[in-house]
Amino acid sequence: MKNDPKKLMRYTPSERANHWLTAILFFLAALSGLSFFQPLYYPLTLLFAGGVWTRILHPFFGVLMTVSFGIEFFNYRQLNVMTPTDWEWLSRVRQLVGGDDQNMPEAGKFNGGQKLLFWLMAVFMALLILSGIVIWRAYFSFLFPVGLIRFASVIHAASAAVMIGLIIFHIYAAIWMKESIGAMLYGWVRRAWAKQHHPAWYREMTGGGK
Amino acid sequence: MALQSLDIIRRSATSTHPPDQRKTQEVVKLIDVSKCIGCKACQVACMEWNDTRDVIGTNHGVLDNPADLTEDSWTVMRYSEVETDRGLEWLIRKDGCMHCGDPGCLKACPAPGAIVQYSNGIVDFHEENCIGCDYCLTGCPFNIPRLSKKDSKVYKCTLCSDRVAVGLEPACVKTCPTGAIVFGTKEDMLRHAEERIADLKSRGYDKAGIYNPQRVGGTHVMYVLQHADKPEMYHGLPKDPSISAMVSLWKDGAKPLASMALGLGILGAALHYVTKGPNEVSEENEKEFKDEK
Repeated sequence: MKNDPKKLMRYTPSERANHWLTAILFFLAALSGLSFFQPLYYPLTLLFAGGVWTRILHPFFGVLMTVSFGIEFFNYRQLNVMTPTDWEWLSRVRQLVGGDDQNMPEAGKFNGGQKLLFWLMAVFMALLILSGIVIWRAYFSFLFPVGLIRFASVIHAASAAVMIGLIIFHIYAAIWMKESIGAMLYGWVRRAWAKQHHPAWYREMTGGGK
Repeated sequence: MALQSLDIIRRSATSTHPPDQRKTQEVVKLIDVSKCIGCKACQVACMEWNDTRDVIGTNHGVLDNPADLTEDSWTVMRYSEVETDRGLEWLIRKDGCMHCGDPGCLKACPAPGAIVQYSNGIVDFHEENCIGCDYCLTGCPFNIPRLSKKDSKVYKCTLCSDRVAVGLEPACVKTCPTGAIVFGTKEDMLRHAEERIADLKSRGYDKAGIYNPQRVGGTHVMYVLQHADKPEMYHGLPKDPSISAMVSLWKDGAKPLASMALGLGILGAALHYVTKGPNEVSEENEKEFKDEK
């Protein structure tokens, strides 16, 4: 809710709903997938009513997540085009991680790190769905030779591991940068926050004044 | 407790030691292709003992019937007509699970206890633990397991583990009218194979030999082949089968590496948070916008 008329709208209600839907589907897909990846995680199948149900459900979680992520991808793809400022931002990211954001180039609605993460997630999401279809026994695997199925199994496992790593990074960044979880939950951000973390976006939204 | 459950040397998706206190002798089923007349009695005996009944198929113009292994046909005769230096030869190979020393199916299986290997060497599927992912087929170098359309579980030759456990020979061995299939300890079978190979060589089959591929850890179903230098002639029997490097990369490489990397990532994030602190709006900005809530 907007409790201050001067707060800025960062994410619309439909963007937020879509983001959290994708997040839930990611957790469903990741937890069910991990159980097949490594025996250590096999007990996770209990969350999905056992091994057989987990095997049946996992690909559907993946398909739904692809759709939901795909909508986010098309919504945000233009906002995430990398600019020279973003590359400059990335080259100085060590300072930011070290706790000093004074010398960072001005970020727009998304900073260089967010944009890079966006494209990486898109690439690995695509690898996951393509390899996932090849190893989906119930409907598709009979269409492919066993050599390709073996290759797709490796790609699927490796992409999933990278994807989970990216999401861990994404979640930590949101925890670390205070108030950004609130932005995605409620939509509105304070002007001080916007000016601090996304100065170029702040100017664009306010015309430079308070 | 069934005594067989004390003989398990490998158990799928299990990192701790399976119960293998009891030791049994390693067994081998030896199939002498040169003695096989292609009567299919072994196929019948297999269905008879295991009570599986395949659907009645159609004639494909060749003797192979059914045309391929299925969830109900755990062994099939493969007929190959080949030209060798001896003229036209009819090679008949009884196909089915090879019971590898290092089973690719077991390596690929993600379900704990769905595939086991007994200390006698038999690789057995425990379908009640199977989740139907069919990864075993990805792991198998011989294209053996078949996913049932009825219950989405995988099935294959058990080497009659139930019969062997009580001191009987497998059903196919029992029924074979020419003695082409014999069964016994690995030691005995290797010795018997040597005698058969010597006999074949004396009759002009210079390249006669045993098929016991070492890159899958040897097999517990072995063939005596008249032309051991060209196993491919026997309906595509692979010359030097091994578990695909892809499967090893997936199961041996990716598993520990990814878990470790993700664990370190979470640890690193936690350490970063407690050492560097959160990234908050600066005091300067807070003052500028102090009218804000």
